[in-house]
Amino acid sequence: MKNKLLEIQNLRKNYHTQNGEIYAIDNISFNIENQEFVCIIGSSGCGKSTLLNILAELEEKSSGNIIKKENLKIGYMLQDDALFPWLTILDNALLGLVIENKKNKENIEYVISLLEKYGLKDFLNKYPSELSGGMRQRVALIRTLAIKPDILLLDEPFSALDYVSRLKVSEDVSKILKSEKKTALMITHDIAEAISLADRIIVLSKRPAKIKNIYKINIDGNSPLERRKSKLFSTYYDKLWKELDNDI
Amino acid sequence: MISNEQKKYLKSIKVKKFIIISIQLFIVFIFFALWEYLANKNIINTFVFSKPSKILDTIINLAINNNLFTHIFTTLYEVIIAFTLGIFLGLIVAIILYQFPIIAKIVDPFLTMINSLPKVALGPLIIIIAGANTKSIIIMALLINLIVSIITIYNGFINIDETKIKLMKSFKATKKQILIKLVIPSSYKTIISSLKLNISMSLIGVIMGEFLVSKAGIGYLIIYGTQVFNLSLVMTGILILVIISFILYKLVTFIENKLIKKF
Repeated sequence: MKNKLLEIQNLRKNYHTQNGEIYAIDNISFNIENQEFVCIIGSSGCGKSTLLNILAELEEKSSGNIIKKENLKIGYMLQDDALFPWLTILDNALLGLVIENKKNKENIEYVISLLEKYGLKDFLNKYPSELSGGMRQRVALIRTLAIKPDILLLDEPFSALDYVSRLKVSEDVSKILKSEKKTALMITHDIAEAISLADRIIVLSKRPAKIKNIYKINIDGNSPLERRKSKLFSTYYDKLWKELDNDI
Repeated sequence: MISNEQKKYLKSIKVKKFIIISIQLFIVFIFFALWEYLANKNIINTFVFSKPSKILDTIINLAINNNLFTHIFTTLYEVIIAFTLGIFLGLIVAIILYQFPIIAKIVDPFLTMINSLPKVALGPLIIIIAGANTKSIIIMALLINLIVSIITIYNGFINIDETKIKLMKSFKATKKQILIKLVIPSSYKTIISSLKLNISMSLIGVIMGEFLVSKAGIGYLIIYGTQVFNLSLVMTGILILVIISFILYKLVTFIENKLIKKF
């Protein structure tokens, strides 16, 4: 495997609280390859978010190895768009660059071009309160893309949206990630969403999270909506549903 | 084009506003007229309650002897210094407490203690330490407004949306960047509304300080008037104080609205 971006080996994570120790993640190993879209699904509270936080270096791992490709740059997209209400859309999208002291002409132009390309041209100088939920989520994605990450970690990025916007935004995100040739690792508890987006789906058990199964998704159809129409879609859905069903 | 209904609506708002202000002015007028009338009829004791015409005389007298404005400016000067110091020190201390949570935990009970202590009790001590001068008055006012400012601003800081902090951390922001780019801007409203609280507190503190030690100021007028049993002077002082505090409060509210409208 020459295109491996990320290799996770025997990852474990325990939390210490006054009431005792909680085992969140137990011995997880998997790889992520370049330009792959991997989804992790599992019941809520199974430690999915913890896994993402560890990969984004927001939390420490307890043991195991995370081998990253040299100079691997990670972008993190949260559940909530977390746009700053006092900044314009453009300034919000530039936030990551400002923090990294990389706000130069070239990068600003790149961000503007992204915003223009993905339907936010007329909103550069507007404030987040003037945008719909779907648009805000798109700005949040562009804010993540602005720092030119090699891999994006997406933490249930659509869960705050209503159903219709959800379908639309996942369509947008899939299109954006494909055309920008990005690798993505997304966690979700929505089986249909995972099948419509992912190349591979990793199913986690309930806490402490272990890998139950990994599915390779082979559905023709380029976009999430096309995939949802495919006959294979319901086959995968049944399989994954059975995997998760035992946990509830 | 504005529709007729919209015009009617806008007009009804204006009319309502006009009626409210008229009634308010009327109440003030009636208050003074009744006061004057009852005093002239000897129904209320003018020695204790004075009367509007006498208060007006006192104000004119004070103005002619060139004292009135000295007193007003002395009080205003003290209030403004205490207010400015309170805001800046409050902000700085709140930032320190936020940046070093361990310090915040340590000082928490002490802050609560000082906050619940009636600060006037410290008055005599302050005079002995700082001397019988303006410094004491400002320290008094600062004691009263500072703790409140610190607590208000600090509470604004710690109530910031956790996901925004997570976002900043995911970009590997430093503590200083989180403070400058996120914590301070998002507490903007809290900081502004602490101004309002602060101006009232500063005024209370200054008057209290002037009661204890002063050679000029509205508080001095009131306490001096009491000592020589010139209650017209006391009433004059109170009236001027009401006007000053009303104007200061309106001024801060005006500034607040101007600053908050930006978002």
